Amino acid sequence: MELRSNDSENRTLLKSIDWVTIVLYAILIVAGAVSIYAATYNFDKASMFDFSGFSGKQFMWAGLSFILGLSLLLIDRRLYEAYAYPIYGVMILLLIVTIFVAPDIKGSRSWLVFGPVSLQPAEFAKFATALALAKLFSTYGFALNNWRNYAIAGGIIMLPIVCIILEKETGSALVYTSLIFVLYREGMSGFVLFAALCAITYFVVVLKFATVMLMGIPLGTFIAFVIVMVLTVGMLLVYCRSFILGRNVLLAYIAGGLLAWGLTWLGVSVNGYVFFGLMVGGTVIYLLYGMLHDDMRRILITIGFIVASVIFMFTVDFAFNHVLQEHQQKRITVVLGIADDPRGVGYNVNQSKIAIGSGGILGKGFLNGTQTKLKYVPEQHTDFIFCTIGEEEGFVGSTIVLLVFLALILRIIALAERQHTTFGRVYCYCVASYLIFHLSINIGMVLGLCPVIGIPLPFFSYGGSSLWGFTFLLFIMLRIDADRASYGVW
Amino acid sequence: MRKDYNLEKRKFVIAGFIIVVVCIYIARLFVLQVGDSTYKQNADSNAFIERVIYPSRGLIYDRNDSLVVYNQPAYDLVMIPKDVQPFDTLDLCNTLQISREVFEKRLADMKKGRNYSGYTQQIVMNHLSAQDYGRLQEKLYRFPGFSIVQRILRQYNYNAGANILGDIREVNQRDIDNDSYYRSGDYTGDLGVEKSYERWLRGRKGSEILIRDALGKIKGRYNDGANDIMPEAGNDLHLSIDIKLQELGERMMRGKVGAIVCIEPKTGEILALVSSPSYDPSLLIGKERGKNYSMLLNDPRMPLFDRAIMAAYPPGSTFKPTQGLIFLHEGIINLSTAYPCHRGFISGGMRVGCHGHGSPIPLKPALQTSCNAYFCWGLKHMLESKRKYGSVAGAFEVWKKHMVSMGYGYKTGIDLPGESRGFIPNVAYYDKNLGQGKWSAYSIISDAIGQGEILATPLQIANLAATIANRGYYITPHVVRYIDGVGVLKKNLERHETSINNSYYTPIVEGMRMAVTGGTCRGANIAGWEVCGKTGTAQNPHGRDHSAFMGFAPMKDPKIAVAVYVENAGFGATFGVPIGAVMMEQYLNGKLSPAREAVARRMENTSLYSAKLYGGKKQEGSNKKQDASGKKQEGGDKKQDASGKKPDAKSEKQAANHN
Repeated sequence: MELRSNDSENRTLLKSIDWVTIVLYAILIVAGAVSIYAATYNFDKASMFDFSGFSGKQFMWAGLSFILGLSLLLIDRRLYEAYAYPIYGVMILLLIVTIFVAPDIKGSRSWLVFGPVSLQPAEFAKFATALALAKLFSTYGFALNNWRNYAIAGGIIMLPIVCIILEKETGSALVYTSLIFVLYREGMSGFVLFAALCAITYFVVVLKFATVMLMGIPLGTFIAFVIVMVLTVGMLLVYCRSFILGRNVLLAYIAGGLLAWGLTWLGVSVNGYVFFGLMVGGTVIYLLYGMLHDDMRRILITIGFIVASVIFMFTVDFAFNHVLQEHQQKRITVVLGIADDPRGVGYNVNQSKIAIGSGGILGKGFLNGTQTKLKYVPEQHTDFIFCTIGEEEGFVGSTIVLLVFLALILRIIALAERQHTTFGRVYCYCVASYLIFHLSINIGMVLGLCPVIGIPLPFFSYGGSSLWGFTFLLFIMLRIDADRASYGVW
Repeated sequence: MRKDYNLEKRKFVIAGFIIVVVCIYIARLFVLQVGDSTYKQNADSNAFIERVIYPSRGLIYDRNDSLVVYNQPAYDLVMIPKDVQPFDTLDLCNTLQISREVFEKRLADMKKGRNYSGYTQQIVMNHLSAQDYGRLQEKLYRFPGFSIVQRILRQYNYNAGANILGDIREVNQRDIDNDSYYRSGDYTGDLGVEKSYERWLRGRKGSEILIRDALGKIKGRYNDGANDIMPEAGNDLHLSIDIKLQELGERMMRGKVGAIVCIEPKTGEILALVSSPSYDPSLLIGKERGKNYSMLLNDPRMPLFDRAIMAAYPPGSTFKPTQGLIFLHEGIINLSTAYPCHRGFISGGMRVGCHGHGSPIPLKPALQTSCNAYFCWGLKHMLESKRKYGSVAGAFEVWKKHMVSMGYGYKTGIDLPGESRGFIPNVAYYDKNLGQGKWSAYSIISDAIGQGEILATPLQIANLAATIANRGYYITPHVVRYIDGVGVLKKNLERHETSINNSYYTPIVEGMRMAVTGGTCRGANIAGWEVCGKTGTAQNPHGRDHSAFMGFAPMKDPKIAVAVYVENAGFGATFGVPIGAVMMEQYLNGKLSPAREAVARRMENTSLYSAKLYGGKKQEGSNKKQDASGKKQEGGDKKQDASGKKPDAKSEKQAANHN
């Protein structure tokens, strides 16, 4: 490694830093602080920079985070790599300490209070976990090809999740599950992602249509069965690459379906469980026979998928009614549109939809939002900040914000792929994953598409911890990226 | 390093995922903001507000269905400071007919309040008049952030029974913490049945969800009211109190300190529960409540202290029938057992004074003349029956159990808050205060005549009268007959049998009858009814003797049992008997004979206040202490029985009773 003078190092740094990310970051952070000013604007405090108001504080946090970002850029990436595990260890320790010393604030014990300043260690554990994961994957010879390595990687992710759940901050804990994207990029079987997606689909479908009956079974179960059948055919054709098996199963399904429809038309009632039992059961038996001629392993996996799907469908109902707590059930049913609850859980979502809807195409203009001014939307400067944008800047403004976020995430993925080291790539993907999760869940919740999980919108929601947490993530990433040249292939 | 191009392709899956999500969200935004008309309509600066609808509180009737307590609407002007937009202050002040300075001072005071928050409803002015309300209602849309809340006030048809009825007040933080039903600004019962029957009286709050525009104007109901919850009115109470009888009792107790309790023996229903001095229940309504409440609280005569159930007095000679019952049941005496009385009980070097009557004397005449010596001898013989009980302590334990079975030493369980349990000592108490094994029948002989350590509430004394009238049982005394829509509460039907054999009540009743026909309470005679009674004159450390009376009528199939207790009023016959007689006659005949009316007027016009205010105050103070320590003991009730420390610090062993 060549040695350079401090001066030339800085000049190189300026040249090699990714200015696109910095500009996107700056746009978001300024837009965020201005939104908080709009969201908390009232007639008493008119100044945007009044440090006693929310927006003044947020501007202060933003200014400090620029300084913090600059200092982080001056730290050599070798330090991050060398101290990844110790940093992770210290952050986990901090999370554990927080469980015991943090005061109870609105039911959560996740805030460390130092006089006037409160910090949420869960936000800072994000970059530490990313560093640790990057370090793990960059270990010579490490690959996700045996259970031991899966367990280690899973352990690094699970540890902060457990700590944060114990702090009663389930939302912040769930953020870490997004690191499954990183595992996927680094070699985890795509089947896991596929299975997770299927599971979520079954869950939503079964619960959402649980009350209407069709052929003697709930409509939700009916639809889920149809999805299983479609996926079975798809897997046979694409995954098993067996045209004959796929075609035969498909033809059998069509024939069975027509038969059932015909019988019903003739006035013979066909029980759904019997029908689908015959269809799916027959498929499994037929595939067991087909295994003899084709790719045995892949067909076995397909059979496993069918059986697991059916079992999962029937456990969803049980899990929902017997495992989830009442308020969790409520949030889910409200989001799925099963229950209307304008007083309780549904209130936030309803108000936020009304506020956004009132924005129209161009919005009511900066500071002219009335919904948010009159405090109809609760938590509007924290988790529901996107309402203010929707109301005041309209469809155009909110779409721009979404696109800037998308650009940032895509840019980070691009940065990730241009890294020469596994360490750098894994770290970048961690940052991208966190952002994907925060963006999807927060905006989804404000738009009434996801359950209300209390996590902030990065750079926008009020609060220094979240802002600083993401600043840490981004600027460490930028420094790692800036140093990529000195880690060429040699 | 080696690049795995197979894995690098996965970046498209991840990037694709977020691109799809963002596209879905943009589509959703488009639907909400551009496409969907329902949200647009709803949204144009509209929002939900949830408004609480207060139920009407249950009404209160007396036993003859006269309306005693009813509701009257009142209006509060409230504001949510953060919702307030610039408005015409002068217009608002003119509408409210107050000056601008007053209004601004109110706002400033409001901001200084302990519970002030810009986001929650704050009361600007409460109890607006109907006219102010009408004018303001029309203009309210001009004052965004302000609204009017309808509340209820209680109104009283009679200036009587304040101690029974109680009042309502705004909930405090402790109420809110204890019961999730309450929100700040709600009302709750404070004293009397308003408190003990709060659950039924309050009903259930409803709420409506309204759509409101940015100017604060209500645009309609959300979802056509499908999500509204209608309030449920509270249940009406039907008291067992006869409000006319109650008024008469309070009239006669004017200028005196004490209590009257009348019970219908068969049902345990309380017909009158007078505590004196009393107060006008209307004092505790609305705006003036705070001021008047502290005035009553600081009154040295303590009108808020319900002497009928909270004050513990020495029962004096009204206690003697219980002793006769115990001695008969335990076989210590029979009807022909006679004890000597030479102007008192003289034995073992001590003397309990009595007055002149024949000697020796058997049970019934002893009750008739209220002979102290007779009951002292009885108790001495009982406690010294070593063969039967083993020891004085053993005998005393049996005695105490009988007393408890007759409703003494514990709360009777009346449906009013704050009842005192009185005091019946037990072995442990004497062991502690006099030394184990160091006390004998002589040390506690004055218990036999309702002095010594014995304390009872007027309610317990009336309950004894009811028990004797029933010949051996009582129903838990109560003031609420039934609740509309709910019926009679089970606990108000509970029958308590005493541990005394029922046949022994007959001679006691006869003795009490003799006391009226030719004994200490001749003044209680009512033409046409066979009245039974027993006077009491209780020595006490606070000055003149207390005057007491306990009785019931008629002798066969009794309809009313009564206890009267007048502090520092002298002989039982001077105040207790005539007041008791008036109460019984009024209830039995529905009216008073002219002669009795004259008695009632004489009672009404006799004031015992002026001389003894200071003594009275001290007395009440110590009674309060008694009550408090009684509460402390409650936890150990079952185990500890009627032991407990007796707070009244007096230590007279000698008691004279001149009836």
